[in-house]
Amino acid sequence: MTTQPYTAPFAVQRWTSASIAAVGLVLAAQLLLALGPLLLSANLVDRLTTLFIYGILALMWNALAGYAGLVSVGQQVFFGLGAYAAVRLADAGVSAYPALLLGAVLVAGVSVPVSAFMLRLRGGEFAIGMWVVASLTHMLVNLDTLVQGETGTSLIALQSYSADDRRAYTYWAALATMAVLAWLVFFMLRGKVGAAAQAIRDNEGAAASIGIRVLPTKRLIFVLSAFGCAAAGALWVATSITFQPKTYFSVQWTAYMIFMVLVGGIGTYEGPILGAILFFTIETLFGGTGVAYLIGLGATAMLFALLLPRGIWGAVEQRLGLQLLPIGYRLMVGAADPERGGAAAAATTSATAVAKGASR
Amino acid sequence: MIWANQLIQGVLLGGYYALLACGLSFMFGVMRIINLAHGSLAVVAAYGLFVLAQRWDVHPFVGLVAVVPAMALFGWILHRLVLDRSARAGELVPILSTFGLAIVLDNSLFEGFGANTRSLAPYIDTLAYDSWTLPGDIILGQLPLLTLAVAVALLAGLHLLLARTALGRRIRAAAQDPETAQLVGVNARTVYAASTAIAMMTVAIAGAFMAMRATFDPYTGPQQLIFAFEAVVIGGAGSLWGTLVGGIVLGVAQSLGAQIHPQGFLIAGHVVFLAILLARLYVSYGIRHFIRSLRRGPA
Repeated sequence: MTTQPYTAPFAVQRWTSASIAAVGLVLAAQLLLALGPLLLSANLVDRLTTLFIYGILALMWNALAGYAGLVSVGQQVFFGLGAYAAVRLADAGVSAYPALLLGAVLVAGVSVPVSAFMLRLRGGEFAIGMWVVASLTHMLVNLDTLVQGETGTSLIALQSYSADDRRAYTYWAALATMAVLAWLVFFMLRGKVGAAAQAIRDNEGAAASIGIRVLPTKRLIFVLSAFGCAAAGALWVATSITFQPKTYFSVQWTAYMIFMVLVGGIGTYEGPILGAILFFTIETLFGGTGVAYLIGLGATAMLFALLLPRGIWGAVEQRLGLQLLPIGYRLMVGAADPERGGAAAAATTSATAVAKGASR
Repeated sequence: MIWANQLIQGVLLGGYYALLACGLSFMFGVMRIINLAHGSLAVVAAYGLFVLAQRWDVHPFVGLVAVVPAMALFGWILHRLVLDRSARAGELVPILSTFGLAIVLDNSLFEGFGANTRSLAPYIDTLAYDSWTLPGDIILGQLPLLTLAVAVALLAGLHLLLARTALGRRIRAAAQDPETAQLVGVNARTVYAASTAIAMMTVAIAGAFMAMRATFDPYTGPQQLIFAFEAVVIGGAGSLWGTLVGGIVLGVAQSLGAQIHPQGFLIAGHVVFLAILLARLYVSYGIRHFIRSLRRGPA
């Protein structure tokens, strides 16, 4: 019996009308948000700044864990270092806002040698190894006389701005950082790096065997994530002004990142954004309940890891075939016209197909 | 002489770390799972003993008769509900689920017991501070010595269990290749659950000594996890006797570090951990490279 060639009509597509509309909406929303400080109340501007910082953290942790398969429980090291670098630079005479950016760039530089040997660890060893690095860095920062141990210090340079100016500038800085990082991750994941990273995540040996350069790809995402977390830490110090090592190097930050990404949907592009909004809402509603709120966060993260490992957006994507901000390609089988193809037949590209695309 | 004393105190401290780390090492060796709730679980056991001692005046060593089986049961349930499911979902999922568990445990303890630091030292009579003085003013605490002895005994016990018993054979089989073990009639799931239960029994004992030698509070767990992890990695992941060596190396480093600088205790421990990690990665690579070049050379 001869095998029949598969002749059903199919199409490979990336953009759908829904996703084009979604990207348009996101762009419009970002432009609208840029007007925030002119229109909104001071309190709301402060809250939105917090949301943007959470968004940065979620995006960065997802890029690391969801796409490169590097689960770190030590990302607070970069968050804390970002804040510390900003304080140090401002003390050395750099004006406050450039210090935030320059600090994050310096931390990204520091993360390169860190990556050189942390990335050789695997799985759980990498996860806790990063925690040890964070703990050590915390101790070393405490030795700096400027910081005065756990007493901490302040970003005094911010005093040169009026409270209103400071609020608006920090808001814009946070919004711009989030938007730039989000689009950067978006285009990176759509390109060769994203395909290579996902192939590595799914099977490192197989990825290497088809010619993907494993270490440079991991390093790129690690350094990007370090930069993002450092920028988030620097922005946090700009909103709260005080820098206490204990708060900034707390593993709590990583717990927040994990919560946002797991609930939103690890390894999906839209998931962490959704997760950040959810986390922000939950914190606004229940943050005052203190310990019970933290128990709830831990339990929710655990339940999502066990029962819904791809998070809310992962489930949405699977059920409805919906991809608003398309990273992968979709194979539409049995549909001459992809627009009418129906979601049921849509399949996002499998890891191997993605890997083939990346192997050049 | 002060350095000799610090060295000996470091070795004794290492005994505690080995005790703390052996459950972590055991679980990693059998299931390839790093349990991020390890330290928090030791603190849970410590609170169990504390409640028994405070409410009903139960001596901590007697309290262990109840707490060790309770922790074993907890371990079995932990495997059935959390670890089994997450290990099947992927290599990285156990890290996430046990991290979530640690947050739940730490904060639940805070909810139940508040922020006060506690200790079991008041409940063990003079054992907390009894000591022998050696020539040269070297002080050997009885409790640290007992801790080291218990650590060695526990590691030897685990070793014998793995080497000599039927359960040990099943554990080794399931650790090496769960599918093949399954074919010859070993129920890997049950064996893993039993291994988790055994690891939790060691955690209960470690929790008891942690609480007797020092103070603890609801958020002590993560720090203990880091110490245990460092001991495991320094000694070579998954090797039981290596864990003893790792614990002692860590203890000595911290003890000497504390002598150099007030903050040196933690810094020295972390630095030695990272240095050994670095050395292992690069030196072993270098040696392999060297051997390969030798082999290629003559041909």
